[in-house]
Amino acid sequence: MSQPSIPKSMTIGESGLAVVFAVTAFLCVIASAKALDAPFAFHAALSAAASLAAVFFIVNRYFERPAALPPQEINGRPNYNMGPIKFSAFMAMFWGIAGFLVGLIIASQLAWPALNFDLPWISFGRLRPLHTSAVIFAFGGNVLVATSFYVVQKSCRARLAGDLAPWFVVLGYNFFILVAGTGYLLGVTQSKEYAEPEWYADLWLTIVWVVYLLVFLATIFKRKEPHIFVANWFYLAFIVTIAVLHLGNNPALPVSVFGSKSYVAWGGIQDAMFQWWYGHNAVGFFLTAGFLAIMYYFIPKRAERPIYSYRLSIIHFWALIFLYIWAGPHHLHYTALPDWTQTLGMTFSIMLWMPSWGGMINGLMTLSGAWDKLRTDPVLRMLVVSVAFYGMSTFEGPMMSIKVVNSLSHYTDWTIGHVHSGALGWVGFVSFGALYCLVPWAWNRKGLYSLKLVNWHFWIATLGIVLYISAMWVSGILQGLMWRAYTSLGFLEYSFIETVEAMHPFYIIRAAGGGLFLIGALIMAYNLWMTVRVGEQEAQMPVALQPAE
Amino acid sequence: MKAILTVHNLASDLVTTIWTPVFVAIFLAIVAYAFWPRNKAVFDKAAHLPLREE
Repeated sequence: MSQPSIPKSMTIGESGLAVVFAVTAFLCVIASAKALDAPFAFHAALSAAASLAAVFFIVNRYFERPAALPPQEINGRPNYNMGPIKFSAFMAMFWGIAGFLVGLIIASQLAWPALNFDLPWISFGRLRPLHTSAVIFAFGGNVLVATSFYVVQKSCRARLAGDLAPWFVVLGYNFFILVAGTGYLLGVTQSKEYAEPEWYADLWLTIVWVVYLLVFLATIFKRKEPHIFVANWFYLAFIVTIAVLHLGNNPALPVSVFGSKSYVAWGGIQDAMFQWWYGHNAVGFFLTAGFLAIMYYFIPKRAERPIYSYRLSIIHFWALIFLYIWAGPHHLHYTALPDWTQTLGMTFSIMLWMPSWGGMINGLMTLSGAWDKLRTDPVLRMLVVSVAFYGMSTFEGPMMSIKVVNSLSHYTDWTIGHVHSGALGWVGFVSFGALYCLVPWAWNRKGLYSLKLVNWHFWIATLGIVLYISAMWVSGILQGLMWRAYTSLGFLEYSFIETVEAMHPFYIIRAAGGGLFLIGALIMAYNLWMTVRVGEQEAQMPVALQPAE
Repeated sequence: MKAILTVHNLASDLVTTIWTPVFVAIFLAIVAYAFWPRNKAVFDKAAHLPLREE
């Protein structure tokens, strides 16, 4: 409005992308008509509809916007782009609740198998990847995209690069999740753990991920802050490594370009090794590096203290990079994988103790001089407890990678307990803490709607985690010991079904723990919703300070 | 042990042998960079970075 002199015209990005999506819609309609199987037809139709929606969104956005694109700076201050961050934060909460709910359902199915209802779509085998993908890639992924777009802007003091590109990343990523998730329910899978989506979903994710990398890099390139802050290094490692892992693990030949089924390029032990190189580094770079970036930005910010040791953060980063990539073979102990490779994987896993605990110490000690805030700020408490869980699960992981320990723990519920102490305690809590910070910042609210509700969330979820992981420890070790028990005559002491029966009470406790975690997330969703709707409810002094006893 | 000496074998032996010292050297160089006294001021400033943005 202030600059009527600029004639309004579409940018190259707007017109180009609109044309590309129009052509894609047309091709998807053809693919849908010629599809060899029903899920492929459904996904092609879904893609056609999404492409048309994208064309509408781009053109409509063009008509609604002023002639000039948003300025990089307003009054000398960076004009931060919060739209895509808000969308990702919202989707993170949505997928989080969906993923926790599906987790509760499958936990209940294990305790009471009748809950399968004999329906293929909600059988354990299809819901389990839905749960893992929803919590890791949908919830965790949206948290990472939202926080990375926020942190890179703030710590570079520059507006996010691109106009449509950030929106392409957040919308495209969530469309990938929709295709992957509905695919699992319809039975579409390439049967690789944490890499279940079929070839067409993989191709789409590749495009989205490259754009994500470019947006992130371009923002760093135009930074006003000379130093690249350590959190950006962690985010960049996460983005680059996930790209490499995704490309490395997914080469596959589709049976037909009009069908969902594909076959992996290599078979046997090569495939197994590639899969767990991928799988473990998805843990190392998606669930660790990305969330460590959150730790290095959000904990100093919330505690209002500098990072305890910036030198340690540099060493933490590079040690993680040099060591993690070799740890994958510990998933294949006592298999056809060559023995030396198993030992290599075990050795590197044990060396990971050093960066993991270095990082944990750096995160916790950032509170030096601000420990009192743990009493009054439940958000900071959540962030700090997440780091404690990080230390605990990264102690447990290397221990379980030792071959003799692994011979007891592998294939038992101990693994599930270990994963969830990392997933619920570390990734879950650090994400909750980050969202509790991010939502008021992105929506320009003074504070959260209610810190009391955060407190409730914290204690209910913590209780849920304790129930979950202790039930799985007991269950897993019991299971492992029962499997290896021999009679004096050298026969196996227990039949398999007896070990399954012994798990039953622990499966009920686990489901209860998961239920509490879900309740906590529902409280959080209400709190965040009210934060956006009405802002801060009370003067944020929840309890009168009392002298320490 | 490879029976036939070829350029390819020599090259692959070299590559598979040398990466360990090379990576260790790079890592030690990074540690030296992190602890170099002259870099301390930059790092101390960077540690405060989340606290001083607008």
